Amino acid sequence: MRSTLAVVRTVALGRLREQPLRLVVTVLAVALGVALATAVYAINSGALSEFGLAARKLVGEADVVVRGARTGFDEDLFVRLLGDASVEEASPALEIELAPLGDHPPLAVLAVDPFRAAAVQRELVAGLGGELMALFRPASIALSAAAATELGVARGDEIQVRSGSGVQRLEVVQVLPAAAYPQRLGLMDIATAQWAFDRVGRINRIDLRLAGGVDVARFRTALEARLPPGVTTSGPAAERDRAANVTRAYRVNLNMLAMVALLTGAFLVFSTQALSVLRRRSSLALLRALGATRRQVEAALLAEGILLGAAGSAVGVLVGQAVAWLALARLGGDLGGGYLHAVAVVPRPEPTALLGFFLLGLVVTAAGAWVPAREAARAAPARALKAGDAEHAARRLRPAWPGLSLAALGAACALLPPVGGLPVFGYASVALLLFAGMLLVPATAAWLLGHVPGTRRAVVSVALAQLKGSAGQSAVSLAAIIVSFSLMVAMAIMVYSFRESFERWLGEVLPADLHMRVAQAADTAFWSAADQADIAALDGVRRVEFARQLSVYLEAGREPVQVIARRVSGESDFDGLPLVRGDLAAAPPGTARAWISEPVHDLYGLDVGHRFTLPLAGKAEMLTVAGIWRDYGRPGGAIVVDRDWYVATTGDGTASQGAIWLQPGARASDVEHAVRAEFPRGDALQVYTGGALKEMSLGYFDRAFAVTYLLEAVAVLIGLVGVSFAFGSQALARRAEFGMLRHVGMLRRQVVGMLAGEGVVLGLVGVLYGLVLGFLLSLVLVYVVNRQSFNWSIDLAVPWLQLGALSVVLVASAGVTAALSGRAATGTNALRAVREDW
Amino acid sequence: MKRLLHAMLLGAAAAVALAVGAAAQVDYPAVLPGVQVRLPADHGSHPGFRTEWWYVTGWLDADDGSTLGFQVTFFRTRPDIPQGNPSAFAPRQLVIAHVALSDPSHGGLRHDQRIARASHGLAGAEPADTDVWIGDWRLHREGDRYLARLDASGFGLDLVLERTQPPMLNGEGGFSRKGRLPSSASYYYSVPQLRVSGTVRRDGSSLRVRGTAWLDHEWSTALLEREAGGWDWIGINLDDGSALMAFRMRDREGGKLWAAATLRRPGADPVHFAPEDVDFLAGRRWTSPHTGIEYPVAFQVRAGAVTVDLEPLMDDQESDSRLTTGAVYWEGAVQALQSGTPVGKGYLELTGYGAPLALPGSGP
Repeated sequence: MRSTLAVVRTVALGRLREQPLRLVVTVLAVALGVALATAVYAINSGALSEFGLAARKLVGEADVVVRGARTGFDEDLFVRLLGDASVEEASPALEIELAPLGDHPPLAVLAVDPFRAAAVQRELVAGLGGELMALFRPASIALSAAAATELGVARGDEIQVRSGSGVQRLEVVQVLPAAAYPQRLGLMDIATAQWAFDRVGRINRIDLRLAGGVDVARFRTALEARLPPGVTTSGPAAERDRAANVTRAYRVNLNMLAMVALLTGAFLVFSTQALSVLRRRSSLALLRALGATRRQVEAALLAEGILLGAAGSAVGVLVGQAVAWLALARLGGDLGGGYLHAVAVVPRPEPTALLGFFLLGLVVTAAGAWVPAREAARAAPARALKAGDAEHAARRLRPAWPGLSLAALGAACALLPPVGGLPVFGYASVALLLFAGMLLVPATAAWLLGHVPGTRRAVVSVALAQLKGSAGQSAVSLAAIIVSFSLMVAMAIMVYSFRESFERWLGEVLPADLHMRVAQAADTAFWSAADQADIAALDGVRRVEFARQLSVYLEAGREPVQVIARRVSGESDFDGLPLVRGDLAAAPPGTARAWISEPVHDLYGLDVGHRFTLPLAGKAEMLTVAGIWRDYGRPGGAIVVDRDWYVATTGDGTASQGAIWLQPGARASDVEHAVRAEFPRGDALQVYTGGALKEMSLGYFDRAFAVTYLLEAVAVLIGLVGVSFAFGSQALARRAEFGMLRHVGMLRRQVVGMLAGEGVVLGLVGVLYGLVLGFLLSLVLVYVVNRQSFNWSIDLAVPWLQLGALSVVLVASAGVTAALSGRAATGTNALRAVREDW
Repeated sequence: MKRLLHAMLLGAAAAVALAVGAAAQVDYPAVLPGVQVRLPADHGSHPGFRTEWWYVTGWLDADDGSTLGFQVTFFRTRPDIPQGNPSAFAPRQLVIAHVALSDPSHGGLRHDQRIARASHGLAGAEPADTDVWIGDWRLHREGDRYLARLDASGFGLDLVLERTQPPMLNGEGGFSRKGRLPSSASYYYSVPQLRVSGTVRRDGSSLRVRGTAWLDHEWSTALLEREAGGWDWIGINLDDGSALMAFRMRDREGGKLWAAATLRRPGADPVHFAPEDVDFLAGRRWTSPHTGIEYPVAFQVRAGAVTVDLEPLMDDQESDSRLTTGAVYWEGAVQALQSGTPVGKGYLELTGYGAPLALPGSGP
């Protein structure tokens, strides 16, 4: 052989001519993985860059942002800060959420003094155009372009929002140009907002621009020390990352799932290449005998893999970008996850990222092709030319110690804590266990097959004998099934566990007949004490409990926690507080008690019996943790406190939500109508029966996990493709053997039956192995990855029925594809087939 | 007369309700003939009226031998907003300040401005006596002295202005008509021949300065007639101790819509001139390289038998506030000459040369 190129041409092109369909499918498998990874990345980065842009406009030129809980602090703080010599400009603001009537999400509003905000949020204020003072008009609001579009209003129109349980009309005096702010936002004058939403004297944000030469970090430290309880500072970088942080765990999870898909695709390449190399041993050996060097053969096989990878990656990158567009158009920037409210993001293709995913696909595929290439090139030509040597080569893959040590390492990783709030080691553990699982396939398969009992039926015993004799090769085909099946099993168990826990939790936290709130935006939409009395007096109401939810900063640099002030009576029928630890019994006199959700426990290190301070209404209140409860509704954490204590402490008797227990015989719909009739635009109140709310929540859940379901389906698909490949190539490789069997008197039907039996046995072994491995992986997902990502616990639940059905489908399809490839392989003339071997 | 300018820009504020045809939220007092300006009581602000300003212009000689012009203005405007908002942030009054330094060595005008709502003591205008401020920018009266301190970006003024003459009421008892309609008028007095001393900071270095200045204090509710397209105004401290104020309202074609002047000889009572006795004859023209607007920067002004020629300290004294308030105008130090001989120094203001001005209170 003169040149490597010639060898490449002979090896790779020869194969392409031989098996075009198989190559196409292999390319598609790689493409699938790359496409998923690309799509998830494109969607996330699109949403995030939009968020980053919006956050940048809101931070503007501020050096320090002072924030308090949404209920705010005395505006006097703004005057004091402006008097500080280090402060050049201070812009007071009230950030509130409005509840537009009708089917609209809450509208975030920044209420500012436009003159002062012009020094900080320059671009935003410039968006008002020349008419800074248009905002001074009575009950006026300016809307970002996105907000105006969502609300379907234009300049000069009116919008209606909740204020308490009443209705406030606001005139849209300006619509900002789209470039001024990319998301939904309202701008109001601070005085108007204070008046219209009952916040006179209170603000909850101050943007500071510091004088030149002031050390920002030192200033912040000094400032923090003299701020009232519950008021913290943050810098521009933290403000910009705020949105990103909220969705980080969710995004990392999606990215990980995409990577898993890519790895699965790559593994498929490995198994096809491995089988194809084994099958072509004799022709490769012939090349060596004709003078090709070991290095040339290796390079040729590697080039073949790279070609496959390049084709697959190119297709994958393009498809991924297209999927991103589609997904965003249909599901939104959070893929239905509910984290990013209705952001219309159009991801622009990022050339570097796309190139990155292309190279990633290429490298992973090349790695998959390299292992078998190396092995094939090493073989001594003379020996490899002989039939039956393939199994000898495959035997090398059998030692168990590398797999066992990887498994041990993976198990150890599962015990490590999260890194920066992310389950880095959890993911490492999944990867290591998966890899270990793959490496242990040959040894396990050999062992399992060795224990299959013998039989008198000739066809079956021949099939078994064949499998035992070629355990190594069988293992390689098995591995492809096992990888995708075990991942599928793990994900199915995790999602099922979460869904079961979520459903049970919903049942526990919704104990009443009717649950209601004025609107989602509890800031501005609430019931006054008089409203609450009116509701309690309605016919058919046996018992009503009201609650106040408000957000509070517990620690600087963290997202706020939700404080829920409600009655905790100790009566389990009414409390709806799913405790995992502690108790509900009444507090001993003189101590205020708190029931914290699991995220508060994980994030702030609080536990039953601990004492902590909760900033409420400008004072630091000392509380004792009485219990820990499970909460899937507030990822940032929630703290339940006694409502009587809350009202006595803060004087805030308003309620953002309520629950009604009906009198015997009363109809839920009658009471619901009565509640709605009490208030203006009562049709816009949110009043649901426990059952309806549960159903809605499960609907949200399923939408949020739509992507996971999609990835599961992909895993199954890849698995099935892997199965058919494995049998297809084996059947072709064994044409000589079939010919021989036909010679010794086996009918074609019997040969095909034998192959089907082989398929079923292999499928069974693969499914069993995959179930076990998948179960182990699901333990890591449920107890490590989930807990560390979301800080809440879920109970392990196995979807036996689904897994059983899937197993049957997989085993059956293994048998069918094996039989089909057998039919194809035995179609040729038996004599010619035998000849091929000589 | 003056600086309606900013007030009108801000007029946006006041005009908001009018612009949308909504009912006015605020009942502004009217400027009535026969109501006299009474000093010292009227030195303070008149928060009921729609607009008000304190306006100081003057010439300075620096200790390095250079000549500078300066202008310090504080506006107060009462926006037409709904009453009864208990929020301390409610923009019941807005304060706007503008400071400019005409510096021939710099080749142009240095200027800076601030705007704030009068709240939380951070900006305001005292009714009791002249005392207006936004943050650390402040103009206030202490007996016979005014103190002006404005630390702007790139430059700053810290000046003491001492009264050498009593205030001069413009129009009958301070009732100054601005047009053919009696309702278009203001209360207006000037304090000419102020003796200035203090420091000017520019580009980080400080200069000791001395000079002469002119202060206007004017308040009103409706100044301009709807036909008005702009105005020309002068306030000149003559070297013999006389003071000359004159203005001309122009119609949209540039013709004289209304005019008035006050001339006070030292120790004498002021003489008021009727529209037919006041002429502004435009001389040399200068086209702004910044905005392309053409201004007559030299004038011959006649008030009765007195005629003065005006020559600017430098041509480029244009203020471009389009980014913040929307107006472009020329406001600069001028020298007064008679037969080619310098006889005094003052300020000239030219508005409405770019586009006709729309003023609050003058109707749509």
